[in-house]
Amino acid sequence: MTTTIPTKQTPKSTNGARAGATSRSTARNSRADRTYDAIVVGGGHNGLVNGAYLAKAGLKTLIIERREFVGGAAITEELRPGFWFTTFSYALSLLRPDIIHDLELTKHGFMPLLMSTLFAPGENGDYLLLGQDHGQNVKEIARHSKHDADAYDQYSHDIEMVCQAIKPLFDMVPPDIFSNDPEELLALAGIGSRFKKLDKRVLMNVVRLLTGSAADFLDDYFENDLVKGYLASSSIIGTKVGPRSQGSGLVLLYHNLGEHDGVFGSWAFHKRGNGGFTQVLSRAAQAFGAEIVLESPVDSIITKNGQATGVALKDGTEYYADTVVSSLDPRRTFLELVNPRELPDDLVENIQRFRVQGTSSKVNFALDGIPNFPALGQKVDHFRGFTNIGPSMDYLERAYDDAKYGWYSQNPYIDMAIQSTIDADMAPPGKHVMSCFIQYTPYKLRESDWDTEKENLGDTVQRTLENYFPGFGNLVLQREVRTPLDIERTVGLSEGNIFAGEFFAPQMFFFRPAPGWSQYRTPIDGYYQCGSGTHPGGCVTGGPGKLAAGQILKDRAKSGAKARATSRA
Amino acid sequence: MIRKSPFHERTNALNETQLWSHWSGTLAANRYQVSDKMEYFAVRNAAGLFDSSPLYKYRITGKDAEAFLSGILARDIRTCPPGQAQYTCWLDDNGYVIEDGVILHTAKDEYLLTSAEPNLAYLQDRIGRHDVTIEDVSDELGTLALQGPRSRDLLKKLVPQMEKIPYFGVAKGEIGGAGVTVSRTGYSGDLGYEVWIDTPDALHVWDTLWDSMDGHGVLPFGLAALEMLRIEAGLLLMEADFDSSRYAWNDAHRSTPIELGWGWMFKDLKADDRPFIGRKALEREVADKTSRWAMRGLILDWQDYDRVYNNAGLVPPKDHTPVLEDWMLYDDEYKRVGYATSFMYSPMLQRHIAIARVRPDLGKLGSKVNIETTVNHQYELVAANVARLPLYNPERKTA
Repeated sequence: MTTTIPTKQTPKSTNGARAGATSRSTARNSRADRTYDAIVVGGGHNGLVNGAYLAKAGLKTLIIERREFVGGAAITEELRPGFWFTTFSYALSLLRPDIIHDLELTKHGFMPLLMSTLFAPGENGDYLLLGQDHGQNVKEIARHSKHDADAYDQYSHDIEMVCQAIKPLFDMVPPDIFSNDPEELLALAGIGSRFKKLDKRVLMNVVRLLTGSAADFLDDYFENDLVKGYLASSSIIGTKVGPRSQGSGLVLLYHNLGEHDGVFGSWAFHKRGNGGFTQVLSRAAQAFGAEIVLESPVDSIITKNGQATGVALKDGTEYYADTVVSSLDPRRTFLELVNPRELPDDLVENIQRFRVQGTSSKVNFALDGIPNFPALGQKVDHFRGFTNIGPSMDYLERAYDDAKYGWYSQNPYIDMAIQSTIDADMAPPGKHVMSCFIQYTPYKLRESDWDTEKENLGDTVQRTLENYFPGFGNLVLQREVRTPLDIERTVGLSEGNIFAGEFFAPQMFFFRPAPGWSQYRTPIDGYYQCGSGTHPGGCVTGGPGKLAAGQILKDRAKSGAKARATSRA
Repeated sequence: MIRKSPFHERTNALNETQLWSHWSGTLAANRYQVSDKMEYFAVRNAAGLFDSSPLYKYRITGKDAEAFLSGILARDIRTCPPGQAQYTCWLDDNGYVIEDGVILHTAKDEYLLTSAEPNLAYLQDRIGRHDVTIEDVSDELGTLALQGPRSRDLLKKLVPQMEKIPYFGVAKGEIGGAGVTVSRTGYSGDLGYEVWIDTPDALHVWDTLWDSMDGHGVLPFGLAALEMLRIEAGLLLMEADFDSSRYAWNDAHRSTPIELGWGWMFKDLKADDRPFIGRKALEREVADKTSRWAMRGLILDWQDYDRVYNNAGLVPPKDHTPVLEDWMLYDDEYKRVGYATSFMYSPMLQRHIAIARVRPDLGKLGSKVNIETTVNHQYELVAANVARLPLYNPERKTA
């Protein structure tokens, strides 16, 4: 096996990343020029969505980004000439449809390319290959189990019913269950009455998925290992649970809530990757008038008498606004950007208890050609979507076993996508880029650290791939490993947790990120949160950014009304 | 016996679904892969190759060719010098559209006219004293459409002469040693070209072209993807969005070019002294403002669409498959104000869209109409905004 040693090249971000954005050096100096209506800390996708909504509402908005380009974890980098890597986040599904319309993203180049296949190689050289023809899929599953071929339709229908029932919760500000405000009680009653109307079977499935394990749920339908392995894979992504852990059902459900082009659980690859997508957001935000400054790490939020008044950069520059929004994760939002002593102690305690265990890594490859799967030959056709290396539930559970005891999976789960088969602009003709999402790779290793283990992880992944695609190593032109530690260092997500907080039931909805603080506000007046650590959560949904903007605008309208009332009085 | 296109040997080998339509008595791939949406995206994001050989093609030659055509075609052919092409239509005496087509001015006194239906008798019967020869060359020429953002870069490697041609320009060159004509035309509303090939060279040219595009994300695409592309592009389809006046039973099934949104073809009519079939009626229609309809795009209000389905307890379907039938349009008082003829969910625009005709007073951009659909087997109205065609119009198309 020959492996090209990764060469470090100056990363170039997605085309036009800096277009329209001001870098620190050109920032203006007078205080008036540095005063805004709203400042958003962090130019990840939620920060951009939030800033765009605020700017659209007419607020003079500034988005401050630490790095030399926006996008956060949703970036695409040319790490090798002609080869574009989706360094971290790599596909779209859960993006809220109203964001596409409200922010007029199609005008700015929004282009979600269809991922048309699902390819799941098995351990015995066989495979499961699903596509866009329902009848063909049934026959393909029947090849493995006639029972499961029938069960698959029932399962899909049941999941869709649950998704349709749950979806409104995804798109609402969680009601404050600790409040006696009639508006909150009404919202709560609304949820109650919605569930009351549900069919018995649907409600039971909702509860089973929200609280139980994916394995228990899937075992009721399916008998075949390969089919179960594929379906169970979405119950573990980004989360420190195995398919047999209680709670994995929730992760499974979450990943099925995506409704790309109206199909639950369907995924797309944005033109030029998720970096291409955040560039679209950046253009939209700027078209609405938002300003973006790059290379400007924020040190802290400036507060005065319990009210946010601006932000201070690490270099001492200050920007002023009476609305400041943090798109960073809850730890950074509450424990780093502000002095925790300005916050109620129970909030600090809850944030400290908020689990953000990074569990996932990325290993990205530049390839000299398409990998060879012996049973299907060296063709691109079966690679036009995700390739799922998780051939059975046992395989996934064993991969988790390693993580439970502080080590990375020796036979990891891999969600791979050869994105150049979908978007030819990602690699030179005949060459390919391949994104591999790896699990489990716990942030805290028992007897080593990620600086030591980084390339060993790369080797483990490559060895695993070699099992399925003989000769894979010969295709590798370059390899980039991104461990949880790299994610934390580069993107800023604490412990490299891709969802900015685990998808555990006690960390969702009413409780995300902390009981009493799930409505995007903070105890500091004018200081808001809009990152994936808030409801609905991680993945490229934009939901937190959008819902937070709604709250901010509502509050501003109220305080404006109050101010007007006071001035009249 | 159903006929086969000159490229059939290749398209047949690529057609994994073996789904074929009969287009002008010829087998035409419906879709090559299971997913027509994949083929559609290949065109919008890289390039797609389409076999449009079944189109009718007429070669019109002779020293009076221009004079002859300028009396038949409604759009002024005299503004189309050699090396250019024109989208045009021809009318009956009442100013109703018989057909539309693209005409290439391939050389001095030589034109190539395409049409969806046979028109040889119609054209020949009107030659009169003109020195003109009209031949049906439908079987002598194969046509390949290469459409999409990569089309120019891919084609110029083989036919350098085409690199600089403008929108609706025509160039000649060779592919693999065989003479071809390249026109910057197509039915996708994107950057794109059509290559006109002598039938005996068809397979050789296909192979040379196909091999040269390896690794560039090019897919062959079929009629299903083409249908999606042309609706976004606001390109009308005969027998879907309008009918030929020659075979219509009454005027409800006839349309004037103004009603079809082709008024732009006649913007210089005052300065144009040609007599042509239908001219008087056309002038009367413009002067008296008697057009019955305005051809427009519709963009459905997505929230209203979702609301109607969610209220019915259903997942709002976002199916890209075009539905070509009459969809009634109403105003808020439930008065009928038009009808849509091509309807689909556009993945590029992320909205349901339609090609529709509305009462001329509702033709203003942003006018609101309601489109009728059925949900749970009952009629429901969904709000839609009137928009200009094309609904999807990338700069690269004409740049």
